[in-house]
Amino acid sequence: MDTREKDIENLKDYKYGFTTDIENIKAPKGLNENVIKFISNIKKEPKWMLDFRLKAFERFKLLKEPDWQKPKYPKIDYQDLYYYSAPKSMKDKPKSLDELDPKLLETYNKLGIPLQEQARLNGIAVDAVFDSVSVATTFKDELTKHGIIFCSMSEAIQKHPDLVKKYLGTVIPTTDHFFATLNSAVFTDGSFVYIPEGVKCPMELSTYFRINASETGQFERTLIIADKGSYVSYLEGCTAPMRDENQLHAANVELIALDDAEIKYSTVQNWYPGDENGKGGIYNFVTKRGLCKGKNSKISWTQVETGSAITWKYPSCILKGDNSIGEFYSIAITNNHQKADTGTKMIHLGKNTKSKIISKGISAGFSDMTYRGLVDINSKAKNSSNYTQCDSLLMGNKCGAHTVPYIKNKNFDSNVAHEATTSKISDEQLHYCQQRGLNPEEAVGLIVNGFCKEVLQQLPMEFAVEAQKLVGISLEGSVG
Amino acid sequence: MKEQLKTDFNKIQEVSNFSNRDIEIKKSYLNKFIENGFPNRKQENWKFLDINQIISNNISDLSFYNDYSIENKVDPSIFIDDLEHNKIIFINGRIEKIDFSYEDKKQIEIIEASYINYESKNNNSLIDLNIALSNKHFKILIKKDYSLKKPLIIYHLTNEKMKSKNINLRLDFVLEQNSSLKLIDFFSDDSEKNFMNIFYNFNLDRDAILKNYKIDKSLNKNLKYSFNNINQKQNSISETFVFSAGSDYFKNEINCNLKGEYSSAFINGIFSLDDNKQHEIRTTINHLVENTKSYQLIKSVLGKNTKSAYQGRIYVDSKAQKTDGYQLSKAILLDETSEFNAKPELEIYADDVKCSHGSASGSLDDNSIFYLMSRGLNYKQAKGLLINGFLLDVIEKITDAEIKDLLKKMIGLKK
Repeated sequence: MDTREKDIENLKDYKYGFTTDIENIKAPKGLNENVIKFISNIKKEPKWMLDFRLKAFERFKLLKEPDWQKPKYPKIDYQDLYYYSAPKSMKDKPKSLDELDPKLLETYNKLGIPLQEQARLNGIAVDAVFDSVSVATTFKDELTKHGIIFCSMSEAIQKHPDLVKKYLGTVIPTTDHFFATLNSAVFTDGSFVYIPEGVKCPMELSTYFRINASETGQFERTLIIADKGSYVSYLEGCTAPMRDENQLHAANVELIALDDAEIKYSTVQNWYPGDENGKGGIYNFVTKRGLCKGKNSKISWTQVETGSAITWKYPSCILKGDNSIGEFYSIAITNNHQKADTGTKMIHLGKNTKSKIISKGISAGFSDMTYRGLVDINSKAKNSSNYTQCDSLLMGNKCGAHTVPYIKNKNFDSNVAHEATTSKISDEQLHYCQQRGLNPEEAVGLIVNGFCKEVLQQLPMEFAVEAQKLVGISLEGSVG
Repeated sequence: MKEQLKTDFNKIQEVSNFSNRDIEIKKSYLNKFIENGFPNRKQENWKFLDINQIISNNISDLSFYNDYSIENKVDPSIFIDDLEHNKIIFINGRIEKIDFSYEDKKQIEIIEASYINYESKNNNSLIDLNIALSNKHFKILIKKDYSLKKPLIIYHLTNEKMKSKNINLRLDFVLEQNSSLKLIDFFSDDSEKNFMNIFYNFNLDRDAILKNYKIDKSLNKNLKYSFNNINQKQNSISETFVFSAGSDYFKNEINCNLKGEYSSAFINGIFSLDDNKQHEIRTTINHLVENTKSYQLIKSVLGKNTKSAYQGRIYVDSKAQKTDGYQLSKAILLDETSEFNAKPELEIYADDVKCSHGSASGSLDDNSIFYLMSRGLNYKQAKGLLINGFLLDVIEKITDAEIKDLLKKMIGLKK
């Protein structure tokens, strides 16, 4: 067996589908003010934070669940969920990794994310989030040297309240849509990153999200601030156990880039997609939004979406600063009964702003995939430009691929171009590859990788290899 | 508005001779309309241009009753004289004349029907309004193997007598096997602040060919909505061309159901707008069986305070393998107050298809202007030449040479 086959063998079944048997502290089931107070209390939050949550909750009560999206799902009973779950051993937060529950360490080893720093040779700082809390953050000392703050959200609220207060909710206000507001009310943990002026972050920062407990919703909140002239590259990975029930994951991610700053945000999303018959899996309803606040700032989103029963997210850029740049690179793959409705929004407000959207969708099996995007050029956004390309590949006639772009151009100095194609893998290409000795599966793998290349190139090296494998594996069994 | 609608509805029933059954059906559509009202931006299909708001901003007390007892005088100077043609003339929504003098009368049947059902699946409240309030339907049937010798021009004329009125028109066309029809809708208005709601239903049998050209050129302050529903059987062809320029508001909706193999639909459109005009084209092409084809090309030239929107949807059913679908929309924005919106949508459930769309918008290309000016044209001439070239592309798609010439002359592309 060569290595590729071994990889496939290893990954054929969802290998992250195990559960960790660990004692949990949970908030009482249901959603009400007391639960929010419980969460706030257990995290020893200051009053302003609790007020922030309660304000969001007030607003949430007025909102209706949206239903315009393509993938429909059975109604979620928001009173039948746990909004907080944490390993018991985390109650008194361990001071160092040595004190961390060995079971937790073992879980992360199994996931291929060894938390002991000595085991990490490739120099990526990791913040690991287990259910509702952040369990460990690595490489802290190294980062502190540069003045970079990389810690869990809870810690940031305690230690850097000024920064959190100043920026939290400025990109995704508490009055935003249904799921974002729900998150503002009940968010539990997540990562906080602050890169000071002029600092180029020396290593990749990474968060690893893991859902473990059952009947739990995961609501994390990430806030990344790149101060003037700084640069950061941030990676996000996610997995969850295999369960028959559907679990909700409604995170909020806010990015803020000040003058001349650049943020690169990459996601490899591999939540449990449900079984072949579409039973179980994660509902991934995430709000991601970046604000290019300063001049010459840049935000770039790269995503590889292979998991989740339903993916419903639109990582967006608000290009407020003059000359700012927004980019969105996406590969979304759906197989079996998975559904995805994803895309981006590029809102041009500043002068000379530029945006680029490259989206590749692949659907196989009985799945359904939608690209939905908005390009909005404001009347003040002089001399702006946008280029959008979204291609879809269909495998079989039981699946669907849809493209729904919204284009609004209110500025006569600006150019908007949009292109989209939908097709299947051509027989000629397959024939060519097979003629040269590849079997049909390998041929499809090769062609698909070529189809996705533009996006894969944008990923940091370590992720690119993993993502490439993931692309091959997600389509396993869909040929023929 | 609700009371107005009810009283006007009763007035219409009094003067018309509908059967009780028809009145009941019409009443149910009226109630449906009263419940939903005019469409607004909360509905996806009306997101870009909100008709509810536009009507309430432009027309104060809208009334729905039109007195059709008095005959209007037909002014022949309005007729298009470069082209021999058959005529249907509407003045203020009243049919004044039906003239098929160039044709074999046995091959065309004109049936007056009080009520012809239409299965409306798309929850369009303007169609409900049309069915409830339109008072006379004509069904025009073209018999097997007959091709009209001359085009049919439907004149939609209004005079100054009409104000703050809503007109609802409905025509049905049946094209039997291997028949063909060239239809021009010509709009000319001397009235202002009215809302016209026009609904055509076409049934194309095997091998039938329909060419429909809609020309809204003369400047006026009316609001218009037109809905074409086209059902196509095997091997049939439909070609729709829209020249959208004159009215203050005009939305053209074209819904094509390609139900037979090897049927095809072509939609081409031009927006040429100036001075606060807001126009939209919305298309839906349903590819329901194998080997069907659709092609759409929409171009906009937008002046001061104007807004154009193009919503194009291609739906490919899982049975519709070998579909070929194409959409392209382009816009030139001439002023800082002009706005272009597009939503080219693909919804695809079959894998062996070739579907693509493109959309581009921006200002006139500086390099091209420079090139032409360096050859001795002034700025205005250079701009004019570029815009004409841009639009000519769409005109060239018209397959009927006579009508193509007529349109070129109308737009000023040819003397």
